[in-house]
Amino acid sequence: MRISGLYARRRAVNGVYLALSVAATATGLAVLFLILWTLLRNGIPALGSDLFTETTPPPGSRGGIANAIYGSVVMTLVATLVGTPVGVLTGTYLAEFGAGSRIAPVVRFVNDILLSAPSIIIGLFVYELMVVRMGHFSAWAGSAALAILVVPVVVRTTEDMLRLVPGSLREAAAALGAPQWKVIAAVIYRAALQGMLTGVMLAVARIAGETAPLLFTALNNQFWSADMNGPMANLPVVIFQFALSPYADWQVLAWGGATLITIAVLMLNILARALASWSNRSP
Amino acid sequence: MTSTLTVTLRRRLDRQRVQDAAFRGTTRLFALGVLVLMGGVVAALAAGAIPAFAKFGWSFLTSDAWNPVTEKFGALPAIYGTLVTSFIAMLIGIPLALGIAVFLTELCPLPLRRPIGTLIELLAAVPSIIYGIWGLFVLAPVLQNTVQPFLVDTLGEVPMIGALFAGPPLGLGILTAGLILGVMVLPFIAAVMRDVFSTVPPMLRESAYGVGATTAEVMRHIVLPYTRVGVIGGIMLGLGRALGETMAVTFVIGNAHRIKASLLAPGTTISATLANEFTEAVGDLYTSSLFALGFILFVITFIVLAAAKLMLLRLERRAAK
Repeated sequence: MRISGLYARRRAVNGVYLALSVAATATGLAVLFLILWTLLRNGIPALGSDLFTETTPPPGSRGGIANAIYGSVVMTLVATLVGTPVGVLTGTYLAEFGAGSRIAPVVRFVNDILLSAPSIIIGLFVYELMVVRMGHFSAWAGSAALAILVVPVVVRTTEDMLRLVPGSLREAAAALGAPQWKVIAAVIYRAALQGMLTGVMLAVARIAGETAPLLFTALNNQFWSADMNGPMANLPVVIFQFALSPYADWQVLAWGGATLITIAVLMLNILARALASWSNRSP
Repeated sequence: MTSTLTVTLRRRLDRQRVQDAAFRGTTRLFALGVLVLMGGVVAALAAGAIPAFAKFGWSFLTSDAWNPVTEKFGALPAIYGTLVTSFIAMLIGIPLALGIAVFLTELCPLPLRRPIGTLIELLAAVPSIIYGIWGLFVLAPVLQNTVQPFLVDTLGEVPMIGALFAGPPLGLGILTAGLILGVMVLPFIAAVMRDVFSTVPPMLRESAYGVGATTAEVMRHIVLPYTRVGVIGGIMLGLGRALGETMAVTFVIGNAHRIKASLLAPGTTISATLANEFTEAVGDLYTSSLFALGFILFVITFIVLAAAKLMLLRLERRAAK
């Protein structure tokens, strides 16, 4: 009797804990769906053709966010093109030449800190480094800030992916007489390509929505501008300014931009994951 | 004949050796570049902050003045806001993340494990600015109209902690920012917890189940003690994120350079101050004070993240043994 009472109590406690953990998961999922639902409800009415063809309007008149979309795409592209090679080479050093080296653990440690460091700090850094020197805000500075955010993500995934490549592949290529750079460039990179691509896609997804580092670097531009040397409109900063403005039409545009950016970022994430699991299945 | 072959071979080998050295050197250069980058960030922030620290000295850390007109600046309200919002975020994020990690490792049916895990991770992919507008337009009105009046009427009447829930329900403020941050850091903490839970040797877990332990008891007495260092590392990682999070907080914190006892009152954080005021700052001392805030934020997050990393490394090393 006594034992069964204790058992019943333990089972009850267990039930409570498990119910709480289910509730926690449900809460997390609920927040995600609430955010998506809010975005779609407010964003879909804004997704007209004007959104993609017109530039940001003064308050009270019609317009779109074409210039901001263009600016975001260009700066993200430049940042990815600059940040990826740097990240890949650093990741290569850590994975292939890092063993026994004294600086590799330090680089890995610092890189992991950069990975989680507040992005607004990077904005301050680029402001001091480029904006102050050049004397004005510019799309180059914005791209530089974003590129700095790309690097740690790519370093991390490149190192992890290169480590997954079996050592026998390296030995086989070396046994055929290939020099080490050729082993890495022609064999190891090829074997790890999908995983490294996943890393780049995750990096793009991360910077596409970054706002804080652009506030002090690319700033914003109400007009269409393709000049990398001047301030350039970009989606996150436009969303920031328009959402906090008192004008209803600006807020509608902000919701439209927010919906676009979220869909793009989530799609990239899902694609990257699909690519990663597909590459794991067919080594 | 053979000698010309050996000569060409040797030449080719020499060339390859140079190429190898060049390749290795290049990758090493870029790896050093990461260190230079970190050094550059520290140097740039410090250089920008020097005028403010020179003018105000240590009182910059303890003063609650923030007056661009008289050029009196102090970091205390921003530091206070940063720490308190992050603390609230941890109060919310840790239990939720723990629940999710337990669900995903112990309870979830196998076919659902991946999809649900991915959805939770997508919570981390949603850009910070989206959390901001969602917090401002959806969460804040709900808090203002229902949750906060309820808190004021119930907890607000309790002695001691009543002061935390006093004042008009504005919807925007420290509590709202903390709530949003809690949701934002949850996927990071949950991901680390899930990973470290899977490092527990199956034999330990199965022995516990074998002597009749329930799932909750296995978690509490086997898994958590075994992974304690990693769990704390994950929590610190989440804390590092919460401390530096900018846009979401900027939308909902209310931006007031004041320290109020009430969590319902508007406040500010270091990152929100920077986002709001940096481009509009006039005067060298104002800009420098903002750099000083940035420097303080960097130092705090660096310490937290470095501690997190060291703890996770310790667990990794033990798992490798």
